[in-house]
Formats: sequence, C-alpha cells, structure tokens
Amino acid sequence: MIGRGRVKLEAALLLAPLLLYIATGFVAPIAAMLWRGVSDTEVPRAFPRTLAALADWDGRNPPGDEVFAALADELVAARAAGTLNAAAGRLNSDTPGLRTVVFATARRLARHVEGSPRAAILAADPAWGEVETWGALRRAGATPTDTHLLAALDLRRSADGTITAVPEEQRLFRAVALRTVWIGYLVTLLCLVLGYPLAAALVFVPRRLFGLLMFAVLLPFWTSLIVRTAAWMVLLAREGIINQAFLTLGLVVEPVQMLFTRTAVLVAMVHILLPFMVLPLYAVMRQIPRAQLRAAASLGAGPVAQLVRVWLPQTLPGVGAGALMVFIQAIGFYVTPALIGGGADQLLPFFIGFYATQTVNWGLAAALSILLLVGTLLILALFGRFLGLAQLRAA
Amino acid sequence: MMRQTLALVVAAVTAALSSASTARDLTIVSWGGAYQDAQRQVYFQPFTQATGVRIVEDSWDGGIGVLRTRAQAGNQTWDLVQVESEELLLGCDEGLFEKIDWARVGGKDHYIPEAVHECGVGAILYNVVLAWDRTRLQATPTWADFFDVQRFPGKRGLRRGVKLTLEIALLADGVPRDQVYALLRTETGVERAFRKLDTIKPHIVWWQAGAQPPQMLGAGEVTMTTAYNGRITNANRAEGRNFGIQWRDSLFTIDSWVIMRGSPNRDAAYRFLDFAKDPRRQASLLPLIPYGGTARGANEGLGADLLAVSPSNPDNLNVSLMIDDAFWMDHLDRLSQRFNAWLAR
Repeated sequence: MIGRGRVKLEAALLLAPLLLYIATGFVAPIAAMLWRGVSDTEVPRAFPRTLAALADWDGRNPPGDEVFAALADELVAARAAGTLNAAAGRLNSDTPGLRTVVFATARRLARHVEGSPRAAILAADPAWGEVETWGALRRAGATPTDTHLLAALDLRRSADGTITAVPEEQRLFRAVALRTVWIGYLVTLLCLVLGYPLAAALVFVPRRLFGLLMFAVLLPFWTSLIVRTAAWMVLLAREGIINQAFLTLGLVVEPVQMLFTRTAVLVAMVHILLPFMVLPLYAVMRQIPRAQLRAAASLGAGPVAQLVRVWLPQTLPGVGAGALMVFIQAIGFYVTPALIGGGADQLLPFFIGFYATQTVNWGLAAALSILLLVGTLLILALFGRFLGLAQLRAA
Repeated sequence: MMRQTLALVVAAVTAALSSASTARDLTIVSWGGAYQDAQRQVYFQPFTQATGVRIVEDSWDGGIGVLRTRAQAGNQTWDLVQVESEELLLGCDEGLFEKIDWARVGGKDHYIPEAVHECGVGAILYNVVLAWDRTRLQATPTWADFFDVQRFPGKRGLRRGVKLTLEIALLADGVPRDQVYALLRTETGVERAFRKLDTIKPHIVWWQAGAQPPQMLGAGEVTMTTAYNGRITNANRAEGRNFGIQWRDSLFTIDSWVIMRGSPNRDAAYRFLDFAKDPRRQASLLPLIPYGGTARGANEGLGADLLAVSPSNPDNLNVSLMIDDAFWMDHLDRLSQRFNAWLAR
C-alpha cells in the first residue's frame, strides 16, 4: 500500500509543473476574462457610496438628495484619484454621451459647489435629471450582472428593470451567432464532401502513392495559419494569379471580385481545416477489415450494397469525430475571415476582438466569449449524448 | 570582445544611473519612423545647436493608457510628447498634462485657431482625403462623385470603421461642412448617413492599414479611395505615382505637443516649443514629409508644388473639416455597433 501511495505521489509530482502551467497560464486567465462578462468593477470602484444609496431607488423618478450628495463627493474624489476615467468609459458604452456628462460635471464640481449638491449637479448637466442616466449608473454597478450577457443577445434592461430588445438598427449579435454557426456548418459539409473520398483513397491506394497523398494532406499542417491565409490573398486578389490565369485563357473579360467575399472565406477555411477531417476518417477507415468487403461480395452484395451497408456504417465514428473537430474550430476562426472576408463575413471571434481592442469594452467581449464557449460545450455535449465521446478516442 | 561588451554595458549603466540621479536631459517623444527622422533634422538637432540644450528622443505608438501609467508612476521620464487629438482631450480631462502658458510660446494668435488647446500646442496638421489615380481617371472627383458609381464605375475604398465614414456620407449628400456634426448628433442625421452609404455598399472595399489605399489605387483595385494625404504624396514622390488629392471637404486632425504633468524639464520644454513655433522652420518639414505647420504664415513663400500638398495651406485648410473628437468620444461605441450591424446586413 505504501508503495502504491508513493507511486501516486511521484506521478503527481511529475505532473505538477504541467498542472501548474495549465492552471496559471490557461485556466486562471480565461476564468478572469470570463468573469468580466458577469461583473462590473469600474463604476463600483469610483462610486461605492452612490451605488449603495441608489440600492432602494424605485427607477421611475430621479433619486433622493442623499444620492446626489454622495455622487457630488465621489465625482470629485474619483477625478482626483484617477478612477473616474474607467467609470466614465463604462457608462459611455452603456449610454453614449455619459462620458462627457460625467467629466463635465466633475470639472464643474471641483471648481465650486453652489447650493445643494442636487442643484449643483443638475446645473452642471441636466442629464442627471433623467431616470435613464441613473438607470445606466445602477446597471453598471452590480456584480454579478447580466448587463453584458443581455447585450450579447441584443437585449437590455431599462431603468425600471424590465428586459427589452435593443432598437432594430443596433441588433447585431444574434445575426452574427447564426452566421457563425452557418459558416461552420458549410465548412464542415464541404470538408466532409472533399475529405471522405480522400480518406478512402488513402486506405486503398498503393503504398507509393499513399506516401505522396499523405504528404499532400499534411503539408498545410506544417505551414502557419497566417501564411496560408496570406497565400489565398495573393491567389484571389483582383490582379492575383487566378484572375490573371482566367484573363489569359479568355474565360473572363474583366477580373472577378474574389477577395473579400463569402466564397473566399469558405475556400480558405476548407483548405485550412481539411486535414482535421481527413485524419480521423483515415484512422477509422484503416481499421475496417478488407475481408468484410470481400465477404459481403461473396454473399452477393454489389458495390453499392458493400459501400452502403458494410463500409459506410463503420466509418460513421470517423465522420462524427472529423465533423466535430472541423466545426468547433470553424466557429472560432478569426484571422482568415478578418483578412479575406468582407464586412458581412465576420464571425463571432472578430467581434470579441473588436470589443476587446477597439472600443475597450471588455465586459461585452467577455460576454461574447461566454456565448461562444457555451455554444461549443453544448455541441460537445450533444455529440457525447448521441455518439459518445469515446468515439473521439477511436478516431 | 566579450570583455569589451561588458565594459560598454557597465559604462552605459553607470552613465544612465548618474544622469538619472542628477538632472536628466529634455526627453521628447514622437511617432518614430520617417516622421521622427524628419523632425530630428528640422527641429531636434537645430534646437540643440542653437541652445545647447540636449535632447533625448523616444518614440511611442499612442494610447492614453501609456500616458496614464506614466503620470501615476510619479517619476516622470517623459517631458514633451506628441499626441493625437483624442489623447489630448482625454489626458487634459484627466489632468495628465500641464496647462499651456501661451505667453511663453508666442501667444495664441501666433497659431491657427485649431492648433490652440488648453493642454496642447498643435504640431502638425494632416488630412483624410479623397484620392484617385490620375492615369486611370482624368476627372477631379468630389465626395458626390465618390457615391456615383454610374458616372464613375469601379470600387471605392473606405476605412473599415464608422468614424469619418458617416461624415463623408453626409458631405456627399450635400450637407455643408459646418453642419455635419450637428446633424450627426441627431437620429435623422445618422439615418441619412447610413441611407447614403446603402447606395454604394456593394462597391465598397474596406481598408484597415494606412498603407493599403495607395496600393489599392496603384493596383487598380479601386477607382477612388479615402487615404491619408501623407501616404498619397509619398507614393507620388517615392514611387513616381500620379495620384490626385481632393482637398475640398477633406477631414483634418491635429497632433499636438503636450508637457507631461510633473515634468522636471518644463522650462526646457517651453524653450523647445518656442523654438518650434517659427513658421519658416515648420515649412521646412514639408519637403521631407507632407504634414502642415500650425503657425500662421507657415505656408507663406512656398512654391506651388509644396503648397499643393500642404494641409495647412489656407486654400486647402479653408475647404476642410476638422474631425470632432469630442463627438466621437461620446458616440463611437454606439455608432460602431450600428455600423457593424449595418455591415452585416
């Protein structure tokens, strides 16, 4: 018993560096990022007392004097402490214009306060007389919060707490999520249609040809994703190689627009993801005994019956595993659509990047990440439920 | 070799430490690259020669976060920084910069009014313009022509993003320059801009990096495009292109010098700004890199070739619109979302 315990301890110690690396380099940062999707820290840091005073506000009329008094103090203090900017930015991403309102009010109050805090704040900016301004403040002040998650589904909570859809022209993410799934589906289907015969060919071709085919399948694996995408840009450009060839052959009179189209995105994504379909299929197909096909033939099955009743059913685990790998990677694609897609071809990850780096709205970026992660887990769960995750191992 | 290197490192570290403990040299931070090379030739080296004040150069890529961190760090190692207009507004709001004492830099009237700010002295002026390839298109197009694919067939290049795209759409729709931002502050105005963009949506090629528009023009990918005036002039000068620039209804912005709050070299910084205010000196930047000077008279006595590419030439400046950064700070989030939704439809 002692011996076995020691073995376990040794195993744990050997694994410790890896586990530590995964925990600190992978799990912790991702968890911290996702946590931002359900939390709000900027406004509570700048206005803790205002938010506390706002806790039992009814959401229908401007709040009481004690709230105004707390806000007046905290606006000035936050400006001096350097925390006002983050809070103002957060409020502005909720309601355009609040950044200016917050800073203008803070500047005015820092100079002088005349009369009651309420009068001074309202004199500095009449926006503080509107309930939606306070609604924004309260929305941005709670942890845990559903604000970002709702925004990721094109919904928002008004000042009195009811959930409503955002105006038509602001709706974006539901359509993007659908498009992401749709492109993922198309890429998976195309990979299957191209990959299945290729994998079968790998099993049946003579040995010398096998080496060549396998090399062709694996070659893209050894090249960086960005290089392969850039190569497609060169090929598909208006004065690129394909258009030049078409023009020379007289197939077209003027260059065809291929770059920045949905077709270009599909072509490049299929090219990049094809090995992930071919390899699991090949692994499964290789294990099917050839003798079964001969046995089926000797029992009178024609080529079609051999294929449909003996071969196909046994390759299904490979189809499932390949499709799963291609689909999950496809819905997470960022660089390829960003570089060779048009405005209407961007997937969910593009918007995660957009909000994380362009408008620095990390809450929304995190909420969109949660959406993508939950979607991926859901697909994995469905796969496990109907096909069994053990199939993945077989492949 | 090894020992020599080591000795050098030791010497460098000692020098750095000793200079840090005493008064350090005036540190000027700009955008690096060809621009800073030109600044060195026109401003930095002549300033040191004239005054004996030594300059340490640094460069940065922008971003208010960097300035914020430096302001909070206490030990300020940057004195004079060239910032974009958005950083100027944000940093001034947050108190990261010294307030400018205009009496020490020649007074406000020495400069064009757009270059004067509570916290910054305008350094250069540059534009986003309509550009086209004269070898392929013999006309002189306007924004209205940019949106007329019947008369001028072909693709149009626009920067992917909502900023400036809406302004251009309204200008093309006949809105006078001085009413563009007032209109964009209303729902009607935003709606009108998007409706105008609808009319050429399938013909737009979206660019992202400033190097792309001259490439796209040169390759014939687009018939007209928005572009930074500097990129177009550089392509004409260095690559022998014949690209046209439409100054009418172009959009300009100003990069400014700011003095970091708590800078121990404030006096030297003011001496530099006073030195850099000379209109003749500012004009001598133009042959090197086509950014406009901000002092009044910085375009006087220039030849026709330089006047044609100078953003602050009154003939060009008076027909341009200054980008309203205060507007974009308030509305970028919401309008970006709407733009992305529009793009996705």
